[in-house]
Amino acid sequence: MGSLFSQIGAVVMLNLKSIPQRLAMSAATIVAVAMAVAVLLGFLALSEGFKATMEGTGATDVAVVNRKGATSELSSILTAEQVRLLETGPGVRLVDGKPLISAELYLVVDGIKRSSGQPANIPLRGMNPEGLSLRENVELAEGRMFAPGTNEIVVGRKLLQEFAGFELNKSVRLGSNTWLVVGVFEAPGTVFESELWADARVVQSLFNRGTGYQIARVAMASPAALESFATFVEDDARLQLQTRSERDFYAAQAEGTGGLIRFIGWPLGITMAIGALAGALNTMFSSVAARSSEIATLRIIGFSGVAAFAGTLVEALALSLIGALVGTIACIALFGSMTTSTLGANFTQVVFQLKITPDVLLTAFIVALVIGLVGGVFPGIRAARQSPLIGLTS
Amino acid sequence: MNDAALVRKNLFRKPLRTILLVVSIFIAFFIFGVLGSFNYAFYYQDYPTAANRLIVVNKINFTQVLPYAYLNRVRSIEGVVAATPMAWFGGYYQDPRNQIQSFPVEPDSFWEIYKTDFALPPEELDAFMKLRTGMIVGRSFADRFGFKVGDTIPLRSEIYTNKATGQQVWDFQIVGIFDSTVTGNPTNAAYFNYEYFRESQTFGPDFIGWLGVKTLSAEANDQVAKTIDATFANSTAETRTADELAFGRAFLSQLGDIGFIITLVVSAAFAAILMVVGNTMMMAVRERTTEIGVMKTLGFPSGRVVRMVLGESLLLTAIGAGLGLGLAAFLLVGLAPQLRDVVGNISMSPWVTGIGVSIAIVFGIGVGLFPALNAFNLKITDALGRK
Repeated sequence: MGSLFSQIGAVVMLNLKSIPQRLAMSAATIVAVAMAVAVLLGFLALSEGFKATMEGTGATDVAVVNRKGATSELSSILTAEQVRLLETGPGVRLVDGKPLISAELYLVVDGIKRSSGQPANIPLRGMNPEGLSLRENVELAEGRMFAPGTNEIVVGRKLLQEFAGFELNKSVRLGSNTWLVVGVFEAPGTVFESELWADARVVQSLFNRGTGYQIARVAMASPAALESFATFVEDDARLQLQTRSERDFYAAQAEGTGGLIRFIGWPLGITMAIGALAGALNTMFSSVAARSSEIATLRIIGFSGVAAFAGTLVEALALSLIGALVGTIACIALFGSMTTSTLGANFTQVVFQLKITPDVLLTAFIVALVIGLVGGVFPGIRAARQSPLIGLTS
Repeated sequence: MNDAALVRKNLFRKPLRTILLVVSIFIAFFIFGVLGSFNYAFYYQDYPTAANRLIVVNKINFTQVLPYAYLNRVRSIEGVVAATPMAWFGGYYQDPRNQIQSFPVEPDSFWEIYKTDFALPPEELDAFMKLRTGMIVGRSFADRFGFKVGDTIPLRSEIYTNKATGQQVWDFQIVGIFDSTVTGNPTNAAYFNYEYFRESQTFGPDFIGWLGVKTLSAEANDQVAKTIDATFANSTAETRTADELAFGRAFLSQLGDIGFIITLVVSAAFAAILMVVGNTMMMAVRERTTEIGVMKTLGFPSGRVVRMVLGESLLLTAIGAGLGLGLAAFLLVGLAPQLRDVVGNISMSPWVTGIGVSIAIVFGIGVGLFPALNAFNLKITDALGRK
């Protein structure tokens, strides 16, 4: 007989070509692996999508300033005096000789979540025109921007997809005041698209906030200027504030929810993978049993046990990789462009798109590979050790 | 040898195969048990003591405040037994990561409404009523930081500033440590005197977060809720009044469609094992074609053969499902203390167990049905002639 390699090649082809004879059992393995892969992929895509939206929101050359101890925009308070002090800080970007600072309010109003029909927390951000010049990637898609000093709101595109009540040209009643939705804005892949925006001074007066704000966004001359600005904020006893880059601010918020989703997804995915592995082992042992006379014949005419082993292993790998492929395609088809929302760190809804990243795909591929390897090795050993005579007599 | 023994022997004639199948079934039922219980805790758990309680929040959103004056106006509404002001203090101990669900409350009206939820010794309750700076803390909060009754602790607020010190911190004296009588209510919580908080807060003393209301009976809820909301309609702060349970569920639904995700995952798990187990059973019975032929030749009625095949698939499923649901119950017992503050009381409820057992029976019959029918229809001549 030829070299070991050509032996292995021949047996592998024999195994693969005879899969249709064991179609039902092979299909069962494929389905089991596909389901495990799809569940794991789904959860990882949720987690990645949430993370990407949070991290995509932050710029490195914008400092977010909020009150010491506040973990979110919602719980922070900032006075107009503090905002004026911030304008004198080092490294602040000047536009036409004026420091570019956006003092903002952040409060929560009810919207109706389309999927559940239940009220959900929607963030309403009050901002001045500076707020817009600070956010470079925001574009108005429909209608117009709110006019300063009026009860007008613009709404994020993603918010509109998930929540009812803020459609363009619609009047919205908040408390005793009526607001008009005048525009829809897009800020792809950011948290901002889950928000309502209105004029800061109008929000202050209609929500009894006096002249107070909640957070300030301070544009830096460069990302490197942030350090000295942070020191300035830290050292001024009148401020009692904390600052970090916008990117870090949102990255910290990504961890909580994103981590929780992964924390649920991994144990689930692994549990399902164990189930799929049991199915794969079952299929491969029965494949070895079904081919016992074939294996025996091969051994008698001089094929080595290694070839029999390799054939079984490759068959298992092939089945699990097909399973992974089916699971991945199903997952992409079902969730690839799905948008969903959950409560973020600000106690408000964050709308995000599920994201199947290359890393996520690689993970699914590795899980399938492990199932295929373990599911092929043990039946393969049995195939290699099987006594030729038993194979032929049974 | 009776039928039961035959079924048992058939099932374990290839022990490895049987073990692998049991593992597959076990996994699916384990996932069902755990996720089903989460689903149940989220959506169906009932809190019997909360039936005649309402929550009054600002209609804009529950994070918006209400005027303090609403307290007395709500108290005068017919059908209201008691009303108490509450607010979200945003409290944490030492580090912002140590969040404590902490609320300023008016002790006597608070106790009137929520007493059924708490186990608190009478002398500790008495101290809470009397001491202006007193605070009662939940068992899990107290245990976490080793607090004892009599300790004075500084609790920081994310939101409010204390007028006396200019800092966002208040000193409280722990006068009592409560346990929850309603399994599921968090004990990572603290309650303290609204008056002490109100006179020292730098802003918002004329506002409260929301109102807790006790009505005459659960039947009165709807009418009372409507009256409250109508009372404040067209004012600067309109209200939304809901019973406690509805309010809690609406809040949970904000997390996402948990029920949908759970259904999807559980379906995926069952679809996978249905294929694996169903096909293996088919194969296992096909291998026995000759035997079945012999049994039929010996005079075994076809019905008896069918019963034996179905018995085998049911036994197999029962072992896997039993192990799966059992381990899920065991795991939930272990996880319950950690999850209490997140999802409330979680355990394998009879409801989830019942559904699990029903699925197991349907599944056991389902995977055995085709092989059983094949065995039923098998002609002796074919069976013995085949090979």
